[in-house]
Amino acid sequence: MAAETRLLFRHIDEPGLATIDGYRRRGGYRALERAFRELDEDEIQKALQDSGLRGRGGAGFSMGQKAGFLPRGEMEKYVCCNADESEPGTFKDRELMQKNPHQLVEGCLIAARAVGARYAFIFIRGEYWEIADVLDGAVAEAYAAGLAGRNILDTGIDVDVVVHRGAGAYICGEETALLDSLEGKRGNPRLKPPFPAVQGLYGGPTLINNVETLSNVPHIVANGPEWFRSFGTEQSPGTKVVSVSGCVQRPGNYEVELGIPAREIVEGLAGGPPPGRRVKAWFPGGSSAPVLTEAELDLPYSFEAMAEAGSMLGSGAIIVADDSVSIPELALRTARFYHHESCGKCTPCREGTNWTVKVLERVVRGEATPMDLDILASVQENILGNCLCVLGDSMAMPVGSMVRKFRAEFEQALEGAPAALEAAA
Amino acid sequence: MTELPEIRPTDELSASEREALIASMRPEDAERVPELHEVDVPPELRREIEEAMSRYPQIRSAAIPALWAVQRRYGWCTPDGIRQAAAVMGVTPGYLQAVASFYDLFHLEPVGRHRVLVCTNISCWMRGADTLLAAFCEAAGCDPGEAGHGGASSPDGELYVSGFECLGACDIAPMASVDERYYGPLGEADAAAIVDQLRRGAEVMPERALARRPAAGGAEPVPDPRVAEAERRRAGETGSARGSE
Repeated sequence: MAAETRLLFRHIDEPGLATIDGYRRRGGYRALERAFRELDEDEIQKALQDSGLRGRGGAGFSMGQKAGFLPRGEMEKYVCCNADESEPGTFKDRELMQKNPHQLVEGCLIAARAVGARYAFIFIRGEYWEIADVLDGAVAEAYAAGLAGRNILDTGIDVDVVVHRGAGAYICGEETALLDSLEGKRGNPRLKPPFPAVQGLYGGPTLINNVETLSNVPHIVANGPEWFRSFGTEQSPGTKVVSVSGCVQRPGNYEVELGIPAREIVEGLAGGPPPGRRVKAWFPGGSSAPVLTEAELDLPYSFEAMAEAGSMLGSGAIIVADDSVSIPELALRTARFYHHESCGKCTPCREGTNWTVKVLERVVRGEATPMDLDILASVQENILGNCLCVLGDSMAMPVGSMVRKFRAEFEQALEGAPAALEAAA
Repeated sequence: MTELPEIRPTDELSASEREALIASMRPEDAERVPELHEVDVPPELRREIEEAMSRYPQIRSAAIPALWAVQRRYGWCTPDGIRQAAAVMGVTPGYLQAVASFYDLFHLEPVGRHRVLVCTNISCWMRGADTLLAAFCEAAGCDPGEAGHGGASSPDGELYVSGFECLGACDIAPMASVDERYYGPLGEADAAAIVDQLRRGAEVMPERALARRPAAGGAEPVPDPRVAEAERRRAGETGSARGSE
């Protein structure tokens, strides 16, 4: 029987957890006290590095290593929490912020302490207005308790925490676009390098991390890196809040140890597809991840196993499509999203997403020719790796994988194919 | 100010018209930063924008908060409202206009008073989002074609319905954001009920509000031994962590 391992989600539905008193009663802000009173920057960074904590936003990069990239010394440095959660299928940060906002605020403050940042910004998507209100309340409570702002815990250290609401743009989840948006501009991605750790917000060194990543920080500082490493696998330590949605009976967030079989999450926890249906395809890490098949549900759910299978753990969002779902239509929905959200700066992405949508519309209408499938595949290849950011790749990877793994279904929809004629009749 | 010619999309201009247009633009014609005394800024709006400016190390970061303040006050980002915000921030109205046009949640044209955003991305689509969007359009009297392509307002100006990209609530699919609060899962009949509640000024479906939804995994499971041990240790350190169970 599959079970959750609740660390970040511990006490998640208990009344009062979202208040500072409720949070402190359960041991909250002890890690902050330790980080500000007993540890120095190097010791906190070392704990983060030793913990092996990998970014939970999508790329899975070591948080401690990223913090180590920031230069030392007297200069304005910043921490940005990426709470722009907009990867389709992902809704873990929403529940973490709504029900345990102080865990995140504490994580942001400790991260700021670890890199010597004066400001910690929480960039939350504008659609999450009611959640941003919760965060505002938590930040105000932290200020009132002397845990944020000037002279935190009488240590002489100042860190301001600012909740910044976005206004509706998927691209702002891309870290450099997020920085431009936070600077009050249109959210266009920047050329990298320089990376934000060297030149980020207002040109200063900036540490950018996802909500779930930062929510892990208090637990690591309070309990030590070895304790943290006792969860998960060697290369993917810790737990993961997995958002399961689509064709499952109990959609929602489940916190599991990394490395358990994906089937335990999809079928054990989320109940699998409705009776009589079976899993046809699933995205293991949001809609940008190449799809996997039913047989691949037996793989361990970890960064390394998903990468080996040619996909990615990404943001940890599992979207399940059962056998009632048409793959060409699924591909079209996926492509339309990226077409809509492309900022238009780079030609391969701007034009490639447009072409992909047009070809897929022809496929779904039964008007496509075999050549269209080849065009579809070549357009995806020409987007990959050719843009400033990975938005275009995020369409090319899943769409390419659907054409590769379910080519027969696309062929059945071609002009003149019996299935297409039947559908048109 | 000189009189402006009729505005047409540049896509529709011929090459010679486009050349003439570009030649007619002179730097000195660009709209400058409005002075505060030239613009009648409501005091509360000014306070709100200045408060936002004070939160950031650089005031331009207040562009999005300022536009939110304008939209809350006037219902959409009106040209006058943008000019007022520009005067407070010391930027050109064109700058704020350019920022506003990038983001989906800012409206540069008037829209219905109550805003319904229906998620039509894959997880919601697989669970009936297209039908839900159509049901909202029918109940509100909005054009379904327009609602699916950028949004549509009802003739009486009470409602605005728009298909939207993933709103981050696939656990309650199919769902909608109604005046910035999330509700789901919703069926066709719920759409009609919500529109009716909005028109009457009644509370919207509290029983379907995301804010009240418990975690999917249900009741708190027995804690992992490592988690329980860490909690005991922490309770011992402070002697005050009563609520660990």
